[in-house]
Amino acid sequence: MPIFIDRRLNPKDKSLGNRQRFLRRVRTELKRSVQDNIRTGKIADVDREQAISMPANGTDEPRFREAKDSGRRQHVLPGNQRFSPGDQLPKPGQGGGGMGSSPGSQVAEDDFRFVLSREEVLDLFFEDLELPDMVKLNLREILTYKPRRAGYSVSGAPTNISIARTMRNSHGRRIALRRPKREDVEAILRELARLEAEEGVDPGERYRRSSALRAELVRLERRRRVIAFVDPVDIRFNRFDPQPQPNANAVMFCLMDVSGSMGEREKDLAKRFFVLLHLFLKRRYERTDIVFIRHTHTAQEVDEETFFYSTQSGGTVVSTALEEMQSIIAKRYPSREWNIYAAQASDGDNLATDSERCLSLMDGEIMRLCQYFAYVEIIDERESEIFGSTNNGTSLWRAYHAVKDRWRNFDMSRIAKASDIYPVFRQLFTKQPSVQRD
Amino acid sequence: MLKHAPRRGLLFSGSDWNFQTLSHAYDAIDIVAKEELGLDTYPVQMEVISSEQMLDAYSSIGMPLMYRHWSFGKHFLYQELVYRKGGRGLAYELVINSNPCIVYLMEENTMALQALVTAHAAFGHNHFFKNNYLFRQWTDAGAILGYLDFAKSYIQRCEERHGVAAVEAILDAAHALMEQGVFRYRRPPRLSSEKQREGLRERLDYEERSYNDLWRTIPRQAAAGKAGDTQDVAAERKKALNLPEENLLYFLEKNSLILEPWQREILRIVRVVAQYFYPQRQTQVMNEGCATFVHYTLMNALFDQGRIGEGAMLEILRNHANVVLQPGFDDPRFSGINPYALGFDMMRDVQRIATAPTAEDRDWFPEIAGTGDWRAIMLEAWANHRDESFIRQYLSPALIRKWRLFVLSDVASERVYNVASIHNERGYEQIRSTLAERYDIGARHPDIQVVDVDLLGQRHLRLQHKINRGILLESDSCDAVLSYVQALWGYEVSLQGVDAQTGATVYERSGREFVSSS
Repeated sequence: MPIFIDRRLNPKDKSLGNRQRFLRRVRTELKRSVQDNIRTGKIADVDREQAISMPANGTDEPRFREAKDSGRRQHVLPGNQRFSPGDQLPKPGQGGGGMGSSPGSQVAEDDFRFVLSREEVLDLFFEDLELPDMVKLNLREILTYKPRRAGYSVSGAPTNISIARTMRNSHGRRIALRRPKREDVEAILRELARLEAEEGVDPGERYRRSSALRAELVRLERRRRVIAFVDPVDIRFNRFDPQPQPNANAVMFCLMDVSGSMGEREKDLAKRFFVLLHLFLKRRYERTDIVFIRHTHTAQEVDEETFFYSTQSGGTVVSTALEEMQSIIAKRYPSREWNIYAAQASDGDNLATDSERCLSLMDGEIMRLCQYFAYVEIIDERESEIFGSTNNGTSLWRAYHAVKDRWRNFDMSRIAKASDIYPVFRQLFTKQPSVQRD
Repeated sequence: MLKHAPRRGLLFSGSDWNFQTLSHAYDAIDIVAKEELGLDTYPVQMEVISSEQMLDAYSSIGMPLMYRHWSFGKHFLYQELVYRKGGRGLAYELVINSNPCIVYLMEENTMALQALVTAHAAFGHNHFFKNNYLFRQWTDAGAILGYLDFAKSYIQRCEERHGVAAVEAILDAAHALMEQGVFRYRRPPRLSSEKQREGLRERLDYEERSYNDLWRTIPRQAAAGKAGDTQDVAAERKKALNLPEENLLYFLEKNSLILEPWQREILRIVRVVAQYFYPQRQTQVMNEGCATFVHYTLMNALFDQGRIGEGAMLEILRNHANVVLQPGFDDPRFSGINPYALGFDMMRDVQRIATAPTAEDRDWFPEIAGTGDWRAIMLEAWANHRDESFIRQYLSPALIRKWRLFVLSDVASERVYNVASIHNERGYEQIRSTLAERYDIGARHPDIQVVDVDLLGQRHLRLQHKINRGILLESDSCDAVLSYVQALWGYEVSLQGVDAQTGATVYERSGREFVSSS
């Protein structure tokens, strides 16, 4: 008779420590891989698990291994159907494991993909954005639920028993089943005592009456035992339903200048900027739509793919994009039902006379409709030294600066590297608790 | 052997199992195992686990307890991926050479499969672990779990004290030398008991606490004279250090000048683990063959007694057939010789030779042909052979023909393979000895030894690689490993490749070449 042990209920994730050590070891490679995924994938994909291919650097486990291309070997193989001693077989081409030469020709352990959890992906994404910890925590948090009273139920935890409701049921049942009350029993007992004490009664008569009373007493007592004071069927529990925190819909407008001056680097930075805003919105709102508007001297709404990957030639007229946005809002996203956020990325070029028009569009309607409008101007790293924090700059920059002075929900910044992105959102994240809910 | 009258009808019916049927089946198998095969086993501890726990066990090289290291995490990810994609099923069982013998059963198995697994692991492997000479002499089944428990907590404490990175650096280096961290020819010392280890650690702690820098300043006794003949000096120091030394980890642990006591202890842990698995690697065919032969024999015996139903027996046979499948070399499923199939077929073949030999068998195996007592032959073989010697002794011409084995000679510089021998009269001997050599781990691992070190002078550590059949080392991984050796040794390290036959130096890699690449 052996010893049997049921290990199935043992804590899981016994090798979690090993996984963490592995991820830490290949951190830089994983980061590059995640950034690549962000560059090529969709904005919304950042917020979920990602398949990552196994990094080659740093995961090799060197041993003294035999070099395949040297020496003389002999292989023993089964299943000979046609060879005789002295026959020659051509060796398989390069790369093929070949018969016999590598009998363990399975998938090499070094090229496989594995899945990073959402937390792990976000960790890597946040790494060089220099977000404050508080913000990271907020973004990582998944939709919160709050227990809310939702009537009563017949099952639940003892702590949730609703005493009032239970007693009410019990009372009703006792009345319906005519459970004898304590007073009835006590009345009979009093009657019996009186009978005992009464004098001048015929013993036969006394016996008859008292035995009738006793029989009645036994009947009542039995009935009281059978019909419980509180029966399991009476018990009610307060029921709580997890209720998602009230969330409304949000729409995020991504506006970007796609004229030739926006290169690979600019688009990558812009994308990270959009991703960060999207992460924020996704956490705050149950439903977030993203609208992509690209513009040159004309603007159009496009899908994400086109937005990031196709270029158009032409001049740059920013106001067209703002007009497009305005018309989309009017058509599909009434500001009563939607929280509207906008993020605009550009290299600052604009037709000289157009900036005034932008200013008036913003002042006129857009800023009133938007919860928040963030503008980034992507500049060269060298330029960042020159411009610093001056207000001088392109005409668009100057125009928007005027907007910033007037509207508190507008933010703008020049960014040259990834860590410049977050400050644009600083206001958005700090004023979070007061973000309007409906 | 007598056919037993059915004792109590079917052991189980249907595919569901519970602990009662498991133990019922175990008891029945136990009786048959003792009567039918005369097996002698450690007490058994059966543990039921889920698929996820099986993956965990996979990634920590099959041990229930293991210290933490990133490479295990990597293997886990890989195994998980292969499993999730359906590329490979998980093993139905896992068995650990310990006393009591721990057998893992997967919860998904059907009852028929659990019975099969019980016979396979709890009796077949268990008997082999307890009786084979390699395991008896080289591993200590009673102490291994206790030792691993110590190893795990020790490494954890080191991580707390010295940082994860420092511990990882040592483990990385030690893992790279794992294959060179075993005693192949002399028996390793027994694992010390918990008490002794405790004492040793206390002493180390005491030394650390009572360390006094003053002692360092006292001039040492002048080195024993200025010996005249350098030849003599070299011979002297080789003798003092017990050189040449094949166990690089052992040598570094004992003689490295830069390692802290805790680093030495970690090297020792890795070395002990490597040594523990060394017999298993030499007895793959034997071990799996033995277990497969045992489950096949026991299940058939139970079926004959009417204790296993026909449906269950069909399921058992189907699984058995999957296990012993050996595709031919040109089959897309071919991935080398299946140790289960080879071991099982050889043992069945020995059984056949003992009971119904042909004239050829009498010619080749005069001692065992026709004796009829195949059980004794089996028990003897399981106890006293490893793969290499078992094949050399018992691979019969009949089996070579059945498998249609042939030898392909592969010279790296040529563009074609040559068929050297096939299953004919002239080929049997060569096929047999070539196959046996394939399973001789000692001959297949690169032979690298410490040959010289001058502790008082340059402290230059010289390693030597004896090149067999012109097979060199892969240069990238070789450099990486050498840089690990250098990290553990602290001074210059060089590796010299010497042809085993001619003694000529083929190549030499010294510290400076690879230190830049590391």
